[in-house]
Amino acid sequence: MKNLRYDVLVIGGGVIGGTILRKLSQYNLSVCLVEKENDVCMGQSRANSGIVHAGFDAAEGSLKAKFNVLGNRMMPALAGELGVKYRNNTSLVVAFSEEELEILQKLQKRGVANGIAAEDLPILTREELLALEPYIHPAAKGALLAKTGGIICPYELTIAAIGNAMDNGAKLYTDFAVCAICKTEGGYTVTAEDGRSLQASVVINCAGLASGKIAALVGDDIPVHGRKGDYILLDRQAHYLTDRTLFFTPTAKGKGILVSSTVDNNIILGPTATEVESDVPETTAADLAHVMQKAKEMCPNVPLGAAITSFAGIRAYNERHDFIIEESQTAKGVFHLAGIESPGLTSAPAIAEYVAEELVARYLPLVKKENFRPERQADSFFRNLTTEEKNAVIQKDPAYGRMVCRCERITEGEIRHAVRTNPPATNVDAVKRRTRAGMGRCQGGFCQSRVTEILAEELGIPMEKVTKSGGNSVLLVGKIK
Amino acid sequence: MKNTYDLIIVGGGPAGLAAAIAAYDCGVTDILILEREDRPGGILNQCIHNGFGLTRFKESLTGPEYAGRFIAEAAKRNIPLSAGTTVLSISPKKEVTAINDRDGIFTVQAKAVILAMGCRERSRGALNIPGTRPAGIYSAGTAQKYVNCKGYLPGKDVVILGSGDIGLIMARRMTLEGAKVHAVCEIMPYSSGLRRNIEQCLHDFNIPLYLNHTITKIEGKDRVTGVVVSEVDEQKKPIAGTEMHFDCDTVLFSVGLIPENELTQEAGIALSPRTKGAIVRQNRETSVHGIFACGNVLQVHDLVDFVSEESEIAGKYAAEYILKGEVPFDDIPVSHSGNINYVLPQVINRNIGGNVKFFFRVSNTFRNCVFRVRSGNKLLCEKKKRIAVPGEMETLLVPAAKIADVTEPIEITLEVQPNE
Repeated sequence: MKNLRYDVLVIGGGVIGGTILRKLSQYNLSVCLVEKENDVCMGQSRANSGIVHAGFDAAEGSLKAKFNVLGNRMMPALAGELGVKYRNNTSLVVAFSEEELEILQKLQKRGVANGIAAEDLPILTREELLALEPYIHPAAKGALLAKTGGIICPYELTIAAIGNAMDNGAKLYTDFAVCAICKTEGGYTVTAEDGRSLQASVVINCAGLASGKIAALVGDDIPVHGRKGDYILLDRQAHYLTDRTLFFTPTAKGKGILVSSTVDNNIILGPTATEVESDVPETTAADLAHVMQKAKEMCPNVPLGAAITSFAGIRAYNERHDFIIEESQTAKGVFHLAGIESPGLTSAPAIAEYVAEELVARYLPLVKKENFRPERQADSFFRNLTTEEKNAVIQKDPAYGRMVCRCERITEGEIRHAVRTNPPATNVDAVKRRTRAGMGRCQGGFCQSRVTEILAEELGIPMEKVTKSGGNSVLLVGKIK
Repeated sequence: MKNTYDLIIVGGGPAGLAAAIAAYDCGVTDILILEREDRPGGILNQCIHNGFGLTRFKESLTGPEYAGRFIAEAAKRNIPLSAGTTVLSISPKKEVTAINDRDGIFTVQAKAVILAMGCRERSRGALNIPGTRPAGIYSAGTAQKYVNCKGYLPGKDVVILGSGDIGLIMARRMTLEGAKVHAVCEIMPYSSGLRRNIEQCLHDFNIPLYLNHTITKIEGKDRVTGVVVSEVDEQKKPIAGTEMHFDCDTVLFSVGLIPENELTQEAGIALSPRTKGAIVRQNRETSVHGIFACGNVLQVHDLVDFVSEESEIAGKYAAEYILKGEVPFDDIPVSHSGNINYVLPQVINRNIGGNVKFFFRVSNTFRNCVFRVRSGNKLLCEKKKRIAVPGEMETLLVPAAKIADVTEPIEITLEVQPNE
């Protein structure tokens, strides 16, 4: 592979790297993103609560507070441009004691100090709360209503941001596990474990859980730790429970377990917060039991029998307990974004703007492209059409008339589209994140073999080479006798 | 495609085909079967083992052979079937909306509808089994489809959770294809599979069955590398210290079948929380007049022979509905004792004549027991059984004469006879 040169190289295809790449693709810069996994959005951006926080949690004056409130305001427009499902569903912080009611007042004050309009943060009485949320535990004493709280699909946002950046000229390198960053004339050479290398004037480290390791490659000491959270996802049949996001009153240990609707109208329960060394997310019986216990404390009749899957995500954090967004001590032009835990998803659009306009601008001129196209066709475009429009699509391409995933109602056409659109899906889980095929109540039991066939056809590879999520995650070990 | 049909049947598997043939033979010829797969036959197409049809045809057929007989009968009658067609919705007014690659999205009006969508497998997610989420985790039916329909082996070292029939069949099938099945784990103290399958699929191949055991952890990043299996106590909680580790690259789940009733529910039809299928009368009519249900979408049968039998009932009465009109509901509820898991039909409509066959499952293994059907003080039927197991469906036939003058709720009981 020839030594390719870029103005900016972003390490890490999560929501932070993705939104930065997308922001930079607006300018006359050559930009690329490297991702160690087979697909983008394989770390903490894949498995989190998907909450667009209002911004009353973070301490006044912190980066978290600043970017959260800004990001919350930017999110609806960004989601609109990228065709990503976002809903201003509002959130409630529920108090179950007099002490917690006092904490609500502190949160309200802090929220206003952080820049949220006071009228968007009312405190509800018990009666007002129960009128809004009939399934909440009757022991609730009141709640803080965050009118600007919202929900978004975190992987949809990340994939769409990277896809839109690619549509605007950015390059993506997957399976690119960075193992060296060396100073060269006018920038850095970034080398992958498989020997590939790229050059760039500016390097932005958004490697999430691995951001500490990447920082160490240029001599910076930024310890980053992992905190695992288990989640349980309920079938859409459970959506009657709530359309909002229900938080417990936060303690020193964090925001705790939430009960929330997702943008796809599932109910999500979680996460736990367990310190882990491993970077492989793994649910445990104890954590799953804790999620169920807390969910019952919030909604006593939560239909846990409607569970369709459970999963874990690992959030990166740093002892400073604030976002680290800074230039390397030793390597000029290398920027670290580390410890971007919650509210990182909400903050992403604001962080991206800051990184481009304040950090990258120190080294490179930001001249807007004339032909930048901010819009991206939603991955879910087909579902959003009217019957007449769908029939027009089917007439042109009959693959849209062939149902593959019966639970989520995803057609062959949508699956082929996911493989042919930036960033291309190259494995079964990547198809799932883009189309929702396999994400429903049967969890791929019926459609997985067909998705595997379509992938083999589209990628021109044998069935045995199709993977679940890249690497050695092959689905089939050989032909039968 | 026409806009209206007398009878629309949702599903062209064994239930839909048998219902269509029965309805045709009762005089309704304007029928359309909607089948989501490319050909009729349903899940039987991937069941290439034999043992089908012993009750009905007194011979042992493979799944495709059994389906083939019904496909041939339907073809003889020129009953139209639209393959590759997925039904999207059914309205209480019997408008059926579906999608395929020839007609796009279209709506057809029926006089009567028969629901015959079958069931799906319960997945790992529904059980909250802890661990990682690597490749190599399949439902037994998915593995069966890969092996029997696509010609690929999903793994070489296998542990199976659940001893449902598909899991047992797949233990044998994977072994025959050169895989090593290390264990079949069953959380219950008994297998939910047929006794003949335990013998022929496990014992004959020296595959160990661990009753009262479950998988408590799945390991591996890219592909499964192993599982931890633990014994469970009476509350089904894992017992610390009983953990066994198996190295494996594949985990199959055979942990139950769930009738696929999302369409049924959207049509406003009442469902039974026990069967997860529609509540039906003895003619297999649901709570909506003119919409009938049969086969595994109604109750999970252990023999396809019973699916065919039940579907013929639905087909016959759907035809009567079309030809003679609605039979008003005059309902007597059917309940059961606590040691019975469910009974079907759940309701007897007194305006319908004929014998009534009750289908039910017991909740545990019982020896020397007697089943009774009562209505108030009247004993309608009694049957002794040397052994009854949850894995095998029980039936009781109440003659027409006994059902005709029933006025009080019906109860079905299981009593164990002492010292016999």
